[in-house]
Amino acid sequence: MSIYTLKLNTVKDLEELRQSFQESTTGYRHTIYVCGGAGCNSSNSDAIVQALKKAITLRGLSQEVRLVVTGCVGLCAQGPCMIVDPEGVFYGNLTPEKIKMIVDKHLIGGNVIREYCYQDTVTGEYIPYTKDLPFFSSQVKIALRNVGRIDYSSIEDYIGHDGYFALAKVLNEYGRERTIQEITDSGLRGRGGAGFPTGTKWKSGFDQPEGQKYIICNADEGDPGAFMDRSILEGDPHSIVEALLIGGYCIGANKGYVYVRAEYPLAVERLTEAIQQARDTGLLGEHILGSDFNFDIEIRIGAGAFVCGEETALINSIEGHRGEPRQKPPFPFQSGLWGCPTTINNVETLANVPAIINMGAEKYASYGVGRSKGTKVFALAGDLVNSGIIEIPMGIPLRDIIFKIGGGMKDGKAFKAVQTGGPSGGCLTQEHLDVSVDYESLTQAGAIMGSGGLIAMDENTCLVDTARYFVDFVKDESCGHCVPCRDGTTRMLELLEKITGGQGEMEDLDNLEILARTISQTAMCALGQTSPNPVLTTLKYFRDEYVAHVRDKKCPAHVCTALFTYTIDSDKCRGCTLCARNCPVDAISGEKGQPHIIDASACIKCGTCKQNCRFDAIVLN
Amino acid sequence: MVELTINGKHVSAPDGSTVMEAAKLAGIDIPHLCHLPGIHTNGSCRICVVEIEGMKNLMASCIVKATDGMVVHTSTERVRLARKIIYDLLISNHPQDCTFCSRNQNCELQILGSTLGIQETHIHGKKSPARVDISPAIARNSAKCILCRRCVTVCHDVQGVGVIYAQNRGFNTVIAPATCAPLESTDCAMCGQCTLVCPTAALTETDSTEKVWNALTNPEKRVIVQVAPAVRAALGEDFHMPVGQPVTGKLATALHDLGFDDVFDTNFAADLTIMEEGTELLQRLKAALTGEGAVLPMITSCSPGWIKHCEHAFPSELDHLSTCKSPHTMMGAVIKSYYAEKLGVEPKDIYVVSVMPCTAKKYEIQRPEMQNGGYPNVDAVITTRELTRMIRTMGIDFPNLPDGKFDAPLGFSSGAADIFGVTGGVMEAALRTVYELVTGREMPGENLHLKPIMGLEKIKEASLTFENVKPEYSFLEGVTARIAVTSGLKNADVLMEQVKNGESPYHFIEVMGCPGGCINGGGQPRTLGHVADYRERRMQALYIEDEGKQVRKSHENPDIIALYENYLGEPCGHKSHELLHTTYTPRGKFDQ
Repeated sequence: MSIYTLKLNTVKDLEELRQSFQESTTGYRHTIYVCGGAGCNSSNSDAIVQALKKAITLRGLSQEVRLVVTGCVGLCAQGPCMIVDPEGVFYGNLTPEKIKMIVDKHLIGGNVIREYCYQDTVTGEYIPYTKDLPFFSSQVKIALRNVGRIDYSSIEDYIGHDGYFALAKVLNEYGRERTIQEITDSGLRGRGGAGFPTGTKWKSGFDQPEGQKYIICNADEGDPGAFMDRSILEGDPHSIVEALLIGGYCIGANKGYVYVRAEYPLAVERLTEAIQQARDTGLLGEHILGSDFNFDIEIRIGAGAFVCGEETALINSIEGHRGEPRQKPPFPFQSGLWGCPTTINNVETLANVPAIINMGAEKYASYGVGRSKGTKVFALAGDLVNSGIIEIPMGIPLRDIIFKIGGGMKDGKAFKAVQTGGPSGGCLTQEHLDVSVDYESLTQAGAIMGSGGLIAMDENTCLVDTARYFVDFVKDESCGHCVPCRDGTTRMLELLEKITGGQGEMEDLDNLEILARTISQTAMCALGQTSPNPVLTTLKYFRDEYVAHVRDKKCPAHVCTALFTYTIDSDKCRGCTLCARNCPVDAISGEKGQPHIIDASACIKCGTCKQNCRFDAIVLN
Repeated sequence: MVELTINGKHVSAPDGSTVMEAAKLAGIDIPHLCHLPGIHTNGSCRICVVEIEGMKNLMASCIVKATDGMVVHTSTERVRLARKIIYDLLISNHPQDCTFCSRNQNCELQILGSTLGIQETHIHGKKSPARVDISPAIARNSAKCILCRRCVTVCHDVQGVGVIYAQNRGFNTVIAPATCAPLESTDCAMCGQCTLVCPTAALTETDSTEKVWNALTNPEKRVIVQVAPAVRAALGEDFHMPVGQPVTGKLATALHDLGFDDVFDTNFAADLTIMEEGTELLQRLKAALTGEGAVLPMITSCSPGWIKHCEHAFPSELDHLSTCKSPHTMMGAVIKSYYAEKLGVEPKDIYVVSVMPCTAKKYEIQRPEMQNGGYPNVDAVITTRELTRMIRTMGIDFPNLPDGKFDAPLGFSSGAADIFGVTGGVMEAALRTVYELVTGREMPGENLHLKPIMGLEKIKEASLTFENVKPEYSFLEGVTARIAVTSGLKNADVLMEQVKNGESPYHFIEVMGCPGGCINGGGQPRTLGHVADYRERRMQALYIEDEGKQVRKSHENPDIIALYENYLGEPCGHKSHELLHTTYTPRGKFDQ
């Protein structure tokens, strides 16, 4: 049985609902947006929500304070976190105890508790208001417009924020061709990585002969450290439903699929609920908003193969086949799912669509630079102070993302490199910090825009080991279809392991480079072709580090354990026994008060002794 | 037509041609490995990559279509280096045991190395975990597999069986049945088509030559060999003789030279099969037409791969199968009874070897039904390819052998028996006899052939009306027998779906498990991929043999007549049923 007796059959129905929702949210003194994103969720944001509810009830604030559990607020590093409106105060690292204080002092007393707010790591200053926080103020949220601002589980909230009005406009006003034209004019390009113009893709779908067609939302986000699509699906699932409706209408499809990985249970749960709400209210089904357009959406859950993010492998997987790429041509728009014309768009791409229709192509295209229009969502990960989800207008320098929004490196360490585009991307260096963040410039610099994973690395990172890490990832994820990827990634990994293991020879570097170039030129699909990118870019920009590993048998960052040892400086050691007591493998011995020694054969080089030593007696050799 | 430039040469190629095909027209052979023209193109090996102007990456020429104005370079330094590295990668994960590999000097990977001019390797590393799986008919060794997936395509798309597929992923990928189960535990038909297309020794017939050598050197055994019709149409290919040249006489000589005590011809048993199967058909038709009721259509049972497939895929339809054993097992049964008595030798001292174009027959002889009096009808089956190896090992100069003869009393055969090796042949042979038995006249048709069922089409149909029949066959007067012929299991499935749904319009269906019949059996020389029309040529070889015989009909074979008079009594009689007929087992998809 449907819990929605409400049917949204006309635009008027939508308008009435929007109005009644907006009215229902007025009159509150405060609105609190508690982050319910996956990150905060795993740091127990549920306890925060419960504490808030309890305190609000206890203090009799139910009529004055509105509590909204939202999708990802963005600043994951500070989770669990929340924003208190109307002031726009950001509270991070919350605990139920802090909540009691905030309710009493802020909500009742009207005083912001500054020390619960964001603290600048350099100045030590507290910055309570989001408008003053570069992390928030430098962003432009279009794809993420609702993420962190609405209740993901409420279709009313979505409609209250103009949800489904783009659909109504498309169905009642624009029609198929003008809508496609709008998307074309907006300059929107595929946000999954390849950057193919979305309007052109839709036009190709539209131009296919009438008949069964499909539209697919590719939500098989798999890059290590990437969680852009996840935050959209979890925080604003209706935007994907609406975008699929618009896309499906434009190309002439009556069925949409969302292919989402099983590792995203929360996304699956919230999207499933959104689809059901849309069905219940008549926004999915037959004669949508009174038109002759019929459409439904089905979720297909991937089994966790990275390669299934490749569109033809994804299609194979939906069809129940092994997730392996198909040779193109034919392209999916010609012959895709079950041989029918199929349009595949990434989550973030689709999330932009309703916004573009609502704001107009011109406005959207006013953001960005050159052929890279609009905004791009990034997942900031690695050694940054402010890891999390951000959306920026394309064209800003990389430096701004890392230092302004990202807050620079943690613990005051120096920046060393940044990897964009996940395992298919490349490592960029200090000298690239002023590169404009857009498709063309990043490619020119040797990296790629990719789907938006951005991993920043500090001075303690070994780039040879980083390349090894990414190659290890793609080696595991290679489907095994073509020789260059299947055997080549394994051989690249073996060479990198040989080098990080201290067994490298200078000719290995040349062999690695030739092998990497061959793989990128000959592999069958994009996964294989881009798999050597981390190797090629690190060889280009950090060759010295490779040479240090091979010729000098040294890992400058002291990461590759085969290339350094820990010893104890007997002049400095006071025999305090702290190192010996903390050594996880009992590799340190010595009498109390006497200099200690490390048994090199037992030492696992974890560095615990060095961290614990108060006399700087542990020496890295 | 599309116009393009390849290596500076202007080429016109038909629309839809791949770059590789267009290059061939310009006299340029692009090296390739996984591609098997007409059967399999999946671009997995990337050996055939070429440079196409305007494209960033090298492109697989087996897949990319030639287009107007395309400028292609097939052997630039960049291309040659890429191919060498890809080859190096393949070899780095391949056991380098060529000198004692069954595909030595007959291995596509080995030949490719020489084509590419590989002199040394630079890439080394650990090897993928190897899985060895030896079923009675087919042996798999994943260490030698280059994952070209030809076998997968043949198993799924050509045969429609779909037992093997890629399992695991990346470097750990192996071709295997689901869950990497042993082949023997699956619904594999053991047809061996996968062994025909495998470029390396990853898929081979399970070797039986050692057993045969041992028997040949055992003084206590009388070792008797028989050879199937299709073998003579193809064996010469392994000795660089022209494709389609029958080598019957040399084959008989070679088998004598190998030391077999008696060299018999499975053709004789083919004639015997016609007597039994033709009689069975007439019995079923009589029962059906006189109101007693009978299961029709009757379906031939000579092909053990087909039988196993039918037991798995159509377990409810086994009554349609003729109860006749396959010819070589009939032969084995006759050797160990009739001939043993004649010789005064105990069946236990007789060792019967069948030389077959077939891998499934290795499985078949292990079936519990295929024995009489506690002795297996046939003790060992070797394929044509294994016979090649034995002839080589023995130092026999096969192409220059004088023609010999098969031994009596089980070596003489009619022309009808020769065509048992090709699709349509069993049907034609049966109808030559049945029509004549029923009407007393020769089957109509030019040169005793039934044209509509000759050739390599997937499904062939014909009908034959009986008129002016002999009094004892009055029930057939005016009856038009409708027949169908097919080969390849996927095609057989089409006819069997009709049977299963009770919609089959036929009285008699011939099924051979391998596409084209035994001439293209899973144990035949691997000429596929080298000579485009090898099946047609082998087929012609058998029709040449047939037309060159004085006796063209099974029931006119004097040794067959003698066998019935002296031993069996009548076709489908008591003794026949005991020795020459069998039963089937409903297996379903997941039962062995």
